[in-house]
Amino acid sequence: MKVLKTYPEKCIACHSCESACSNLYFKEDNAAKSCIVITDNTPPEMNVCNQCQTCVAACPTLALTVSAQGVVMLNKSLCIGCLMCVAVCPTNSMRTVLGAKNPFKCIACGVCTKSCPTDAIKIVNE
Amino acid sequence: MNRKLLAEFKYDLAPIVRGYNRRTLYVNVGTKEIKSKPVSDMMIDKFVGGKGFDLYLMWHGVKDDTKWNSPENEICISFGPLCGNTSYPGSGKSIVTTISPLTGIPVDCNVGGHFGPYAKFSGWDAIELQGKSDEEVIVYIDGDTGMVQIFTAPDTEINSHIFAEELIKEFADSPDKHQFVSVVSTGTAADHVNITCLNFSFWDKRRKVARLKQAGRGGTGTVFRDKGIKAMVVKYSGLKVDTNNPVDLPTLQQTGLKLHKEIEAGDATQCRMHEVGTAHLMEVMNDYDLLPIRNFKYGQMPEAIGLHSREFTALFTQGMADGCWYGCSLSCCKAVDNFKPRTGPYKGMPVCVDGPEYETAAGCGSNIGIFDPKDVVEINFYCDTYGVDTISFGTSTAFVMECYENGILNKERTGGLELTWGNADAALELLHQMASGKGFGVTVGKGVRAMKALFATEYGADPNFLQDIGMEAKGLEYSQYMSKESLAQQGGYTLALKGPQHDEAWLIFMDMVNNHIPTFKDKAEALHYFPMFRTWFGLQGLCKLPWNDIEPANNAETDEPAKVPEHVQNYVDIYKAITGKPMDKVMLIRQSERVYNFQKVFCMRMGKGRRIDDVPPYRAVGPVTEEEYLSRVERYDGHLKDKIGVDPSGKSTAEKMKILREYREDQYQQLIDAVYSRKGWTPEGVPTVEHLKEIGMDLPEVLEVVNRYLK
Repeated sequence: MKVLKTYPEKCIACHSCESACSNLYFKEDNAAKSCIVITDNTPPEMNVCNQCQTCVAACPTLALTVSAQGVVMLNKSLCIGCLMCVAVCPTNSMRTVLGAKNPFKCIACGVCTKSCPTDAIKIVNE
Repeated sequence: MNRKLLAEFKYDLAPIVRGYNRRTLYVNVGTKEIKSKPVSDMMIDKFVGGKGFDLYLMWHGVKDDTKWNSPENEICISFGPLCGNTSYPGSGKSIVTTISPLTGIPVDCNVGGHFGPYAKFSGWDAIELQGKSDEEVIVYIDGDTGMVQIFTAPDTEINSHIFAEELIKEFADSPDKHQFVSVVSTGTAADHVNITCLNFSFWDKRRKVARLKQAGRGGTGTVFRDKGIKAMVVKYSGLKVDTNNPVDLPTLQQTGLKLHKEIEAGDATQCRMHEVGTAHLMEVMNDYDLLPIRNFKYGQMPEAIGLHSREFTALFTQGMADGCWYGCSLSCCKAVDNFKPRTGPYKGMPVCVDGPEYETAAGCGSNIGIFDPKDVVEINFYCDTYGVDTISFGTSTAFVMECYENGILNKERTGGLELTWGNADAALELLHQMASGKGFGVTVGKGVRAMKALFATEYGADPNFLQDIGMEAKGLEYSQYMSKESLAQQGGYTLALKGPQHDEAWLIFMDMVNNHIPTFKDKAEALHYFPMFRTWFGLQGLCKLPWNDIEPANNAETDEPAKVPEHVQNYVDIYKAITGKPMDKVMLIRQSERVYNFQKVFCMRMGKGRRIDDVPPYRAVGPVTEEEYLSRVERYDGHLKDKIGVDPSGKSTAEKMKILREYREDQYQQLIDAVYSRKGWTPEGVPTVEHLKEIGMDLPEVLEVVNRYLK
């Protein structure tokens, strides 16, 4: 299973990963629209999808599926924005912005890892 | 299928504005006229939508003397401004109304499935079906292109579990788009009997079958078939979170998400709707002596352990997203997969059975003495696919079983059927007879009121005894709760406008178990507030269950826990978020009051709906037989002593029963006095002109009917 692994002890909360993520998927630098969330605690809390698949069973339209690499993918054309997946996510990593049509989540693309100055995030195959 | 196009109507597709299309669809299957009718500001202000629109359209479609099978009788299906939103659980309901073959007055049913939201998003706030076709037809709404068509229906199989699926496959654009089609159908029993329903489908993408939800009460399926309609089909492919075009999507989403999280956190320890649906009630009702057993004689029996919810949990496929509309995280519409019936035309064929829900498990289980859950599932399956209402089937079958027990019926009169308690084979045979139109099943399918008259005239049975044990009021069979020990629930049942269904008021726990409404005034207030609050769901296209089958963790600490104040506020918030109109908890009740009183006057216009019609059979009030009295002798003797002040010692059971009956019947009448007064009605049950003016339901046509009865 391909997953974005976090190492909070290395994180310096520079939020570069959030910028990289939101810029890629929403074309704006906005932490509220990042699939990974970093708090300013010490050490920072790093919240991102662990691909546990709990949301997949809750989706009424089968918009959530698991890729061959074990990554949970959202098919926006099937999604009707009910947010049931957001409610069942055990790690609060299915993300949403109120007013948007669909939730969003980490698909382990790895773009954020390239922006991280301390190697606090890494794509791994578990 | 080789279908001939009989009529066609093209319309412009336009986005919904804040929950409304502002037009309704009229289809006359007799003349083949199809047209669009505008929705006026008055309709929205006074009737809101949903059941309100249905009743308004029907009122102007029928005449004072319209019968269920008159061509001008209508089947109206409406959805409400909140219907179809995918954010708040329980938002996909259609409301069906028609003049019922059982009662002769409007019946209203609140039903899930995808038809309602898809028909609404196809461009219609309500659908009005009128006329009678001289050939079998299908009415098709294509919400993707803006087209309504009437086709011939040479289909030979109309039983819903097959027919709905066939039509979905026929009308879907491709095999991966079955979820965009929904069907309304009934079954072969609707050609022969009155206790029928309509099935509203939704395509279950995981199971790859058409699931069926029922507009169950009052014989809607019989009217549908009498009109020559085999099915209605809708196709709509464009659903998104904002299709209902709410004015404030973020608030709608936030409120829905809050409830999703509450359900995720609380359902497993509260009602377990996600695991077993409403069947979770089985042991709760049995524990409190409220589960109907043997035609409502008893509320508790050791055998009822056989219908414990764990038995249904084991039969239901777990872990599925079982919402009857998208976005319902309560997910209560459970299903038994790969069930193989042991009788009938589908014997041995694996089928998917929707339910059993509580009403079915009680009505087609304990109330007829059946305690094997698989027998209940089989009756459930055949009821659904034949288009029979499980509640009326259960109560009607319980009635004939008690008649059989008392010798009013025998094998000769039932065509050889041994209608003994718990005889599942005989109960199933009754169903198969309803579907084929042959045998004693057809008599049972006429309903309890018709059977009471028949058994008295044909078999010389005592009409008073039949009245006491025949669990119907206004012609509709009781749903499945014991009201004997709850005076408030006796009123809740008998005052329900369409007949004794629990969807207006369910006060048993509040009244009997928790004693929160001890006085007549308290009970009257509850019988005002809760029917009004629950009516609101039918105006909006909502389901009642997410209101109080899940509660916030701190609900018990609120000032009025029975009302679930936080959820009432949720409804206020989502109404405002969708429609942009002002709303608060007082205005909410007022919206309902207008439509409720309109429905009341509609019933009066059709010849029922006054005090003389709000009469319970004594079985709903107290023990009819010595056997019943003696089974709870300590309770009843205690009532004589504590409540009536009569010493039971030395009195015969018959004497004690007589005293108890006089007391309870008097209590009931006092309750009715209090409730009518609270509702703004005369002691005869007629809304006063002053009250109608006060609530804003003083339309000339309403006053004209009321004045007939006030003179």
